[in-house]
Amino acid sequence: MLASQPKVAPPSDDRRWRLVEATMRRHGYDASALIEVLHTVQESFGYLDETSLHFVAESLGVPLSRVYGVATFYHFFSLKPQGKHNCVVCTGTACYIKGSASILSAIQENFQVRPGETTADNQLSVLAARCLGSCGLAPAVVFDGEIVGKLEPAAVVDKLRELIQT
Amino acid sequence: MIGDELIKIAQAEQAEKAQYPHHIHVCTGTPCLASRSDMVKQALEQELEQSGKARLCRVKGVGCKGLCAAGPLVSVEPDGILYQGVTPDDASVIVASLDSTPVKRLQCSLEMPFFKRQVKIVLENSGAIDPESIEDYIAADGYQALFHVLTMMTPAEVISQITKSGLRGRGGAGYPTGLKWSTVAKSHGERKFVICNADEGDPGAFMDRSVLESDPHRVIEGMAIAAYAIGASQGYLYVRAEYPLAVDRLKTAIRQAKKLGLLGENICGTPFSFNVDIRLGAGAFVCGEETALIASIEGKIGQPRPRPPYPAEHGLWGFPTLVNNVETFANVAPIIRKGAEWFSSIGNEKSKGTKVFSLAGRVVNNGLIEVPMGITLREIVFEIGAGIPDGRQFKAVQTGGPSGGCVPAQYLDMPVDYESLLEIGTYMGSGGMIVVDDTSSMVDVARYFMEFSMTESCGKCVPCRVGTAQMYNLLDSIAAGTATLEDLALLERLCDVVKHASLCGLGQGAPNPVISTLRYFRDEYLARIRQQEVV
Amino acid sequence: MKDRQQVLSRTKTLKIDGHDVSGREDETILDVARENGIFIPTLCQLDGLSAHGGCRLCLVEVKGSSKLLPACVTHVAEGMEVVTNSERLIEYRRMIMELIFSEGNHVCAVCVVNGHCELQSLAQRIGMTHVTVPYLYPRRVVDASHERYALDRNRCILCTRCVRVCDEIEGAHTWDVSGRGIEARIVTDLNQPWGQSETCTSCGKCVNVCPTGALFEKGKAVAEMSKKRAFLPYLTLMREKRSK
Repeated sequence: MLASQPKVAPPSDDRRWRLVEATMRRHGYDASALIEVLHTVQESFGYLDETSLHFVAESLGVPLSRVYGVATFYHFFSLKPQGKHNCVVCTGTACYIKGSASILSAIQENFQVRPGETTADNQLSVLAARCLGSCGLAPAVVFDGEIVGKLEPAAVVDKLRELIQT
Repeated sequence: MIGDELIKIAQAEQAEKAQYPHHIHVCTGTPCLASRSDMVKQALEQELEQSGKARLCRVKGVGCKGLCAAGPLVSVEPDGILYQGVTPDDASVIVASLDSTPVKRLQCSLEMPFFKRQVKIVLENSGAIDPESIEDYIAADGYQALFHVLTMMTPAEVISQITKSGLRGRGGAGYPTGLKWSTVAKSHGERKFVICNADEGDPGAFMDRSVLESDPHRVIEGMAIAAYAIGASQGYLYVRAEYPLAVDRLKTAIRQAKKLGLLGENICGTPFSFNVDIRLGAGAFVCGEETALIASIEGKIGQPRPRPPYPAEHGLWGFPTLVNNVETFANVAPIIRKGAEWFSSIGNEKSKGTKVFSLAGRVVNNGLIEVPMGITLREIVFEIGAGIPDGRQFKAVQTGGPSGGCVPAQYLDMPVDYESLLEIGTYMGSGGMIVVDDTSSMVDVARYFMEFSMTESCGKCVPCRVGTAQMYNLLDSIAAGTATLEDLALLERLCDVVKHASLCGLGQGAPNPVISTLRYFRDEYLARIRQQEVV
Repeated sequence: MKDRQQVLSRTKTLKIDGHDVSGREDETILDVARENGIFIPTLCQLDGLSAHGGCRLCLVEVKGSSKLLPACVTHVAEGMEVVTNSERLIEYRRMIMELIFSEGNHVCAVCVVNGHCELQSLAQRIGMTHVTVPYLYPRRVVDASHERYALDRNRCILCTRCVRVCDEIEGAHTWDVSGRGIEARIVTDLNQPWGQSETCTSCGKCVNVCPTGALFEKGKAVAEMSKKRAFLPYLTLMREKRSK
C-alpha cells in the first residue's frame, strides 16, 4: 500500500477543518473512519453540509453516495443547521409512560416546532431522543446539553422561554 | 506492570484512605449529576475546608448507587449512612454530623428491601469506587484477575472456567458465553477481534450506561481476559454517542490502563498485547445486532447480514470476532477471582449468577438493581420496587424492550430467568423493566414499541421495512377507535410473517409486544374496536 | 485418487422437496434448486452480483433449523432436507409480495415495463390475486434529469440491484440507499439530480438490472421497455478469464 494518499485541501481556511483532519489522520485516512470523522464534523460545525460531506468523501476515498447513505442512516447526524438553542426530549419507555408525549405537544403548541425541526427564527431546535438512559428521572429533557428530570409540560415551556431570551 | 506493583498500588491507595476517619461518597452518575450532585460535592468540599475538617474526611465522586430517582445520593463511610435528595445547602449539616448522629431528615434506610434484596457482582464497585481512578479500582481487587490469567492460566483454562461458571450472554438471548469464546478461539484467522457491545438501545434500559459510568475498568479487564482467551490483540468498545459521560470515563480508563501497562504491549511482562479503541454509535438501534454493529465499526451503514456465517468465524473485516455486551464482560473478572463454582452457586438451574435490571415506569423505587437469577417478579416490583405509586393497580411489566413482551399479574410469581420468560412470550433482553399500571393502555404500549421498531428498521428486508409500518398504521387506527375486526386479523397475520421472515432480531422481535399484549390483554384491543362498531 | 476423494468430499447430497439432488459445497440451495428445475422465487438476487438477502422471497424450510433460511445465501450441506413449497412458505411469499406492492405506487397499466416486469410476472407466478394490506401511497420523487434515463422512485422496491451493479461491475458507486426503514430511498451521489451526478458514467447497467420500471430509458412508452440482462453473465465470464 502507498504510504499516503494525495492530500485533499480543506474547503476553506476555517480552523475547524484542522480538527476534522486530525481525526482522519488518527485513523490513517481509512474508509472505516467515516462515522468517526462525521462525528467530528458535526461536533465542529453543528451539522453536515454538502461541502463537508464532499471533503470527507474525497479525503477518505469513499463514494459520495455511500457518505450520503451513512449520514442519513444514522439519526445522530443532521444535514440541516441547528437552532441557537436545542432541546432533546427523551421518548424512551419510562419517559413515555410518564408523559413525554404531552411535553412534545406542549412544545409544538407554544413554539410551533415538531421533533427534528427548528423554529423559523432559528432560535430553537427540538429533537426526540430514543432513550437517554436516565429513566429514574423520567420524564427527562436535555436543554442545551444539560439534562433535567421529572418535568411537567408547563415547566418545559417556561424553561425554553427562559433559554430563548438569554 | 508486574504483580508486586499491583499490590503496591493497592496498598498505597488503602494507606491513603486510612488517613481519613470519614469518607463522603457523592454519586456522579448521569441522573445524579442532572440533579446537580457536582454542586453538592463542591459544597461538601468547601464546607470541610471552612470548618477545618478537611483532614478528617475525604470527599469522593463515585458511580451509581442505584436509587436514581432519589438523587443526588450521598453516603458517609465507613458508617454506611445513605442520604437522598441532597442539596448544596445540606453540606453544612452533613459535615457537622460526621462525629455525631446522622441527619434524619435526609437519611434513606439501607434496611429497605431495595438494598437488602440485591446481590451485587457486576455492581459491586458501583457507588463505592471513584470511576475516574484506576488506583481505586486496583484497591478493590481490580486487574488481579487479568494478572492471574496472564501469569497462571492457559487460554483453554480460562475458557473452561467461563464455561463451568454457566455465564450466559447478558445482551438478550442468553447464549452460553464459554461456548462463544471457545468457538472464536478455535476459528482460524490471521487476526482476531474482541468487541464490547455498549450500544444499549432499548428504550428504558440503562444498565450498561451505569456500569460504564461507575466501573469502566471492570469492562476493560473483562475484555482483556477474553482477548487472551481467544487470541485477540485488538478490541473495540462500541458505545452510544448518547452516553457522553460513559464515553469520557472509558477514555480516561483506557488512558490510565495504558499508562500502568495494563493495556498495550507485553501486559504484565508477558508476551500478551492488547489495545482497546472506542467507536461511537450514531443513533441506530439496529447496531445492537452484532453483524450490524460490525458493519458500523467498518464505517458502513448498520445493516445486518444473514447469519451464518457467524461473527465467531467471519466477523470484523472478515476475521473471527467475539462480540459480548457490557454486563457479560463485567462478570468475567469476578468469575476468575472467585471461581466458577462460586458463580454457578448463585441463580437457578439454567440461569447462573445475577442480572442487572433497570427498574422504571410506574413503580415507587426507580433505579438500577442487581438480583440473583430466579428471583420472582413480585419480589422485584413489590419488595425492591416498593410497589405502584399513587395507589394505582399493577397491570404488567414490560421486559426485553421493543423485541420483548409483557408479563401480566398472573405470572408475578414466576422466576425471572431466560427460559421462564421465553415460555410466557417475552424474553430477558438486556434488562429493561418497565412497570405499567392501570393508567396506561396496553394497546398504546404496543403502538409505542411498534413506532420504535418502524423508525429503527434499517430497511434492508421487506417484512421488517414494510411490515412494521403496516402494523404501526393498524395499531394507530385501533388506538384511535377506527379499526375493524378484519384489521385486527390482518395485524395478527402480519405479526406472523414479520416474526418469521425478517432478516435479523429487530424484525423478528418487532411483533412480540403486539403478540404478547394480544395474548394477555386482548379485551383492551376489542374494547377499542367495539366502540366504533357501536357508533 | 486423492483428487477424486477431495472432489467427492466437496460434493454434498441433499433433498429438496423430496428429490435427491447434489451440489458442490460452494453452491447455495438456490443454485442447486435451479439446476434441478425447482422453482424458488427471487427478486433481489441476480446472478453476477453479490447476494443481498433482503427480499426474503426465497426463504425455505430446512429440517433441523427453527428459522426459515434464505436460499440465495445458504450453502448446501450433506444430508440437508429442504422444503420450498409448504403452505406456510406460500402464504409468506404472497404476503411479502403484497407488502412490496403496498409500499410503492405500482400501476402496471401505465408502466413502461408492463408485460416485461419481473415484479409483475413473479406476483402472477406465486399466485398473488389481491393486495390485502392497505396501500401506503408514499410521496416519492421522480428524477428525469439524466439525458438518457429516468428514475421513478414510485416503482422502486429497494432491491439494491442498481447499487450493486454500479459498485461491483461498473465500479462507479453512483447509487446508494439513503435514510432507513420505510423512508429509505435510492440516491445518486450526495442526493443531487441524477443528471448532475459527478460519478455516473451513463453506462445504463442499473437500468438493465432493475427488476421493475423504476429505472428506464427515456422515450419509451407504456409497455415498450424490456431489459437486457445478457451483459452481466458475459462481463463476469470475461473478467474471470482475464484474471486466469
